[in-house]
Amino acid sequence: VCFILGGLDCSISFVSHVLGKVCVHGRHKEILSVLVPLLMDLTKSDCIWQRICWRLIECVPDRWMEAVVLGFVQRTPGADVLSRLLGNLVVKNKKAQFVVTQKLLLLQYCHTTAVLQSLLGYLSLDSLRRPLLLKALQELMDTWGSSSAAKHSPPEQQLYISKAILICLSHLKEPEVESCRQELLTSMMEGMKCHLDSSLPQIRRLGMIVAESISSKINIDGPVLKFQYEEDDESRELKSLLVQTPPFTVVPSLLDNENKKANATLPLVLESNKSSRTAASVMPVEESDAELDSDDDLIPYDMSGDKELKTKAPVYIRDCIEVLTGSENVDKWEATVKALESLVRKNPAAAREVSVELAKILLHLEEKTCIEGFVELRQRAQVAVLTTDPIPVAKYLTSQFYSLNYSLRQRMDILDVLVLAAQELSYPKFHGKTKHSGAPKPCIQLLPGSDSSKDWRRVVDERIKSKTRRFATGQPQVELASSPNEFSSVAGHFFFPLIQHFDRPLATFDLLGEDHFVLGRLVHTLAILMYLAVNTVVVPAMGKALLEFVWVLRFHTDSFVRQGLLSCISSMLLSVPTERLLEDMTEELLETQSWLGDVVEKDPDGDCRRLALQNLLLMENLKNKLKTVPS
Amino acid sequence: MALPPPDPQFVLRGTSAAVHALHFSCGGQEPGVPVLFSGSENGFIHVWNLKTHRVDTALDGHGRKSVYCLETMGGKNRLLSQGRDQRICLWDLAEGRTSVTDSVFTENVGFCRCSLLKVAQGRWLMAMAAKAPEEVQVLELPSKTSVCTLKPELGAKLGMPMCLKLWQLSCGSQPSLLAGYEDGSVVLWNLSMKKALSQLACHQEPVMSLDFDSEKAKGISGSSEKVLSIWSLNEQQNLQVYKTHELVNAGISDIAIRPDKKILATAGWDHRIRIFGWKKLKPLAVLDYHTATVHCVSFSDHKNPSERLLAAGSRDHRISIWSIYTQT
Repeated sequence: VCFILGGLDCSISFVSHVLGKVCVHGRHKEILSVLVPLLMDLTKSDCIWQRICWRLIECVPDRWMEAVVLGFVQRTPGADVLSRLLGNLVVKNKKAQFVVTQKLLLLQYCHTTAVLQSLLGYLSLDSLRRPLLLKALQELMDTWGSSSAAKHSPPEQQLYISKAILICLSHLKEPEVESCRQELLTSMMEGMKCHLDSSLPQIRRLGMIVAESISSKINIDGPVLKFQYEEDDESRELKSLLVQTPPFTVVPSLLDNENKKANATLPLVLESNKSSRTAASVMPVEESDAELDSDDDLIPYDMSGDKELKTKAPVYIRDCIEVLTGSENVDKWEATVKALESLVRKNPAAAREVSVELAKILLHLEEKTCIEGFVELRQRAQVAVLTTDPIPVAKYLTSQFYSLNYSLRQRMDILDVLVLAAQELSYPKFHGKTKHSGAPKPCIQLLPGSDSSKDWRRVVDERIKSKTRRFATGQPQVELASSPNEFSSVAGHFFFPLIQHFDRPLATFDLLGEDHFVLGRLVHTLAILMYLAVNTVVVPAMGKALLEFVWVLRFHTDSFVRQGLLSCISSMLLSVPTERLLEDMTEELLETQSWLGDVVEKDPDGDCRRLALQNLLLMENLKNKLKTVPS
Repeated sequence: MALPPPDPQFVLRGTSAAVHALHFSCGGQEPGVPVLFSGSENGFIHVWNLKTHRVDTALDGHGRKSVYCLETMGGKNRLLSQGRDQRICLWDLAEGRTSVTDSVFTENVGFCRCSLLKVAQGRWLMAMAAKAPEEVQVLELPSKTSVCTLKPELGAKLGMPMCLKLWQLSCGSQPSLLAGYEDGSVVLWNLSMKKALSQLACHQEPVMSLDFDSEKAKGISGSSEKVLSIWSLNEQQNLQVYKTHELVNAGISDIAIRPDKKILATAGWDHRIRIFGWKKLKPLAVLDYHTATVHCVSFSDHKNPSERLLAAGSRDHRISIWSIYTQT
């Protein structure tokens, strides 16, 4: 495209029209891949070309403006180039302004970080456009801070908005921060609250990172917020967005000051260490020569008995109970806590006599002194007690789950202990020396945290694969020694009491109300218990009860709960024998199928959609399996 | 083939409370009975006759509050005791009397044992923890006049003084004070100039006890951790760490160097008394008799070397007397 210069008034509106039409038809990639590099070169130093370029885009009719602007924003490699090409388009053209400040930031979230960087950088580069940057930041903060957005919008959109906020922050100058400090503070507090309320760890972490960044920006002198969370690629990427290379940002200099201070204190410490060490090394050299030892006349006695003092742990379980409930002797208490699990496992008969009492003590046991791994020790002891005497202890624990005056942490501990014990009971134990080579069931890695949902997906995936191929491969060569599934007789005792009272709110505990995080954990626990009860007699009854439970809760607003419900369906489909499924629960299954279809299409959470899809696949597989089996 | 450690020569029972302080008085000019003073947690000071192994007298002067420091001022007839009732009492025990002749109200509720040094005939200096948090006060006895108050500089954050030792190089020279503090450092104070000459951070935990050998200018300190720290004083009056020794179990409550400077004893929280050679801190023996933490150790001042004894007082109400390494 070559224009004749030299004082001619060219009309380029025709070109604009063509450009617009092409872009709106979806061909912006082809035309802009040629046009944009050309324009980049031409506008590098030539003002006239710049103005021509601006005119070109301004003349695009409004109905095609969005497509053109979107194409340009996506194609240009940087904020300064975008600024050269678009000029002050966003100030002059209402439609362009809407697209840049609203649509691209708030309504769409498919764009890359680079696009966000160039877009927001473009807004910050010119003083006429900076108010738009501030306005965009304000609207982003409003969205970030609204609790309904945090609850209902997909995690990907929340990530996008967080990134946009961080980039905006990095572009802000001191006076601007001063002017909007108060609003930033208020929206930060609100946003932090609704993010930390969420059940998904990713959302919580996003909230923490953004809040930390905002607080470091607005509180330069005072104390800043500091959260503890796991670092990974995503969080590092987000944090890197805060630091911008352009020279006028405040943040890099802040970091420099902090670094300088840290470096200054280090040399002082090093120096003092060095001086004391060199002095100390001088002394022994002198002394060792002048030693005519009259000390050698003193013959040492036998000191082999001088060992570390260790308090002995009690050897009987009843003694342990005494120490844990009453004793003032802290050393003995520590030793007891460490020894309890192995004692319980070695003396099952004695443990059975006092199982409920032990369970009660362990549930209420609090850390008296600082022992390493106290939580784990207590949990392992509880699991040991539960596996030794499942029925009464399960009865006690499930009844306590729904009782008054327990903390959320204790209720979730109960759920964790039930799951771990169920896993231990159901895992095939091999007696004798045969090594178990690849058990037919995949092992579940249970982490006592809210990560169980992620591992669940892996398990379900593997299960689907293994199920669909099972009829092709033959039996493994080695006959593994089998033993009865100890979980089968007690599965019902673990499962049904947990399901019983979920809809009865107590004064301090309301599963259907505020405590939806515990509800999510409860649902996941039920899914795992269901899965572990495969091939047991009580499984069809469990399946029916579980299906009813899921049906009641299927429209719950918390996505963590919904993920749990879908895992329940998966484990039910996997555990209950297909014939029983189709005989007893045909109508419910059909209803479930239509619900799953709905979830696949309309649920805002990506994980829920994936789980629902897997469930539908599972159901298909089961149906096909039945058809292929010759009757 | 090393011999098993010796048993105690005898054990004194009858204090009916934990023993916190011990002091021998056996080398006096007056021919008489060698005596051991013991201070207990129930406030009594027992005067033990070392020939009959029985209590001769029991002194009650601290209102049933624990007595944690005992010193004699020139013979067994003048006793100084320090108790948790915030008082330091001076006793006159001659001719069977048991009266408190004088007392100093310290206003200090800590556990820091006072230190006594004879500077001239009839004149002693006593260093004790003062009322203000980090201060040490030095008094002259028996006049009870204040010689100086040693205050660490602002921001030093030493914590409470935990143990004190007054010493002078030879009779007539300037007395100095070594103080161990709560933050694990030992400070050398010059009393005439009233300022700190040197400070050494030898422990991470509070210094529980220290002792000093003025001839060799070497000292040792123990703390609630597992490390014994030996430090020395050079010509510039600077403290430097000479050596450290790691113990098997943490916690030392008392350290004493024998007057002939050959061996030293430590009293441990792990119920054991440890004997080391002083020259190179060679471990010599571990005496495992007591069943609770040993609070104090003390060497006797017998003129005859073969009669020398070591006493240890423990929380199990017993005082064990040992005769160990008496041949050298």
